[in-house]
Amino acid sequence: MSEVVISAQSVGKTFGAGPDMVKALGGVSVDIFQNEFFTMLGPSGCGKTTLLRLIGGFEQASYGQILLEGQPLNDLPPFKRPINTVFQSYALFPHLTVRQNITFGLEMKSVSRREANARADEMLDLVQLAEYGDRVPSQLSGGQQQRIALARALAPAPKVLLLDEPLSALDLKLRKEMQVELKRLQTETGITFVFVTHDQEEALAMSDRIAVMQSGQILQVGGPREIYEQPTHRFVADFIGDSNFLIGDLVEAPNGGRAINFGESQVINFTQDVAADKSNDVTVSIRPERLDIVGADSAVANQLAGTVRAVTYFGTDTTYRVDLDGQATVTVRMQNGDGATAQFAQGDRVGVVVPSDAIRVLVD
Amino acid sequence: MGNILRSKRFWLIAPAVVYIGFFMAIPLVQMAYVSILERGDYGGVNWGAFSFNAYVNFIFERDLMDNLVVNTDYIQIFLRSFGLSAMTMTFALLLGFPTAFYISTQPQGRRNLLIFLVTIPFWTNILVRNYAWMLLLRNGGLLDSLLNWAGMETGGLDILYTPYAVSIGLTYTYLPFMVLPIYASLEKLDHRLVEAAFDLGADKRRAMTRVILPLAAPGIAAGCILVVIPCLGAYVTPELLGGGKFMMIANLIGSQFGAARNWPFGAGLGFVLLAIVLISMMVYSLKFKSLPEEKI
Repeated sequence: MSEVVISAQSVGKTFGAGPDMVKALGGVSVDIFQNEFFTMLGPSGCGKTTLLRLIGGFEQASYGQILLEGQPLNDLPPFKRPINTVFQSYALFPHLTVRQNITFGLEMKSVSRREANARADEMLDLVQLAEYGDRVPSQLSGGQQQRIALARALAPAPKVLLLDEPLSALDLKLRKEMQVELKRLQTETGITFVFVTHDQEEALAMSDRIAVMQSGQILQVGGPREIYEQPTHRFVADFIGDSNFLIGDLVEAPNGGRAINFGESQVINFTQDVAADKSNDVTVSIRPERLDIVGADSAVANQLAGTVRAVTYFGTDTTYRVDLDGQATVTVRMQNGDGATAQFAQGDRVGVVVPSDAIRVLVD
Repeated sequence: MGNILRSKRFWLIAPAVVYIGFFMAIPLVQMAYVSILERGDYGGVNWGAFSFNAYVNFIFERDLMDNLVVNTDYIQIFLRSFGLSAMTMTFALLLGFPTAFYISTQPQGRRNLLIFLVTIPFWTNILVRNYAWMLLLRNGGLLDSLLNWAGMETGGLDILYTPYAVSIGLTYTYLPFMVLPIYASLEKLDHRLVEAAFDLGADKRRAMTRVILPLAAPGIAAGCILVVIPCLGAYVTPELLGGGKFMMIANLIGSQFGAARNWPFGAGLGFVLLAIVLISMMVYSLKFKSLPEEKI
């Protein structure tokens, strides 16, 4: 990919001191590239907003440093950083009109009034609110305020735009619209977007790359597909989509490949390259939709035997809960339709087929 | 009408209405009436004999030839009062805004304590406080001695019994009225708006002038009104710290009801003051009514 815009190098942040000390961010390193839609995803308290505020300059890092195009940002106050923020609450200036809000950042850069107004009109067009320049923020709906907040932050043409859960206050329909809108704005402006959210769907839909965070650490960074299909941590697999977790021992497959033994001689081949620092009691993740369910007498390879405990019909698909012999219960999601295999009922003995590339061995 | 009498709300506010009606509206009407009567020779008024002399005398006096000529004495007292009030307001604003701003940036518990400290002077009698200021400001007083001790040869500070002494005393008395409303508006101020200003490239000074001050404007205006209005009616402080040499409106009115024995004129002066204050209030409310309220 292109060049690095933001580079966080072992950045940490603690709040308070002594016994009340809270570790918000524990030495994370990540590179964010030019013209990228980068998302920091995680539950509340995972440190994603702290990292965003460190990049924005609203907090000072306790240790480590953040580089902007190779230059350390540490001592630069927010107003000297070519970085703008869209705040969660929008934080539009209530005493200024929409146009004055948008030109605020330009005036601070001593852009002439005429030029600033022209730029404001351009921004209003960009967010499709051309008619609203002379209103005040309180006369706008939540979605409109959101767009104005975007226009205001984009007007000074920042190198990086930070977005702090900007969609969380919108209702579902509006949120979907704004997701498309944000992606469009990012593509049109070519500005690097750093987006913070706790909504995995939002992250998957918009991002070029996602950093999944937990307890002040970045667990995994990758494209949406990579994060979903090849999670490295149990937390990542669990937080993004549904997953089955099984515990087994890594073993040498009879045919020479890698395999995993789930006990009671239920051995499954898999293809993932694993740096095996641990081979006993490893956790693996398997997405429910990757599993297939067959009759117990079926001769398909790579299957685990079990008993159907519950069947739930969801229209587009059917979900089976299967008690595997000597293992936990797994969820199997089968799509209904033309290719649908035979129906199974509660209590049936079945085989759960695990494609060898569906198994992800997790590091914890 | 029957509905109103039966409604609970009416009876809840009835005591206040009666109280205000009896102790404020009636005396006000009475004074308005007095102001258009003839003065009695030994104080009081001649009931039933109407005269607009009180209002005429405010601007004119009769010379030896019995012609009306403009007399600026009273207007000067009014102007001096407004000047002194404006000076006091400025001092109070200069001291009060930073104080309120500082308090609003403190953690919650600390804020309550500081606000409590701001209101402490109210606990002491105003006369006592003014005498205390006399002791502080007089030649050879605490301030004078301190300055001399610090090596400044003041040769007597000569500040007591000047308009400045009056203004210092008034500033001190009414400072809480400036701090509290400004603090209230600053406390409500969303800190994220300040962050947004920084984010958009405003340094501290411009964040203050472009975001904080405009948003605190209603509080500042309220504080100014709360300081200026009682200042215009201040009686004790000009009397004590001004040494009676610097008459303000209230002292003038007081003297009309006392030594000058001109009740109609005293009442008339009161209404001139009231009119000026009411007009300023109307201008204020028209100006700030249009301020958009923030939608949360």
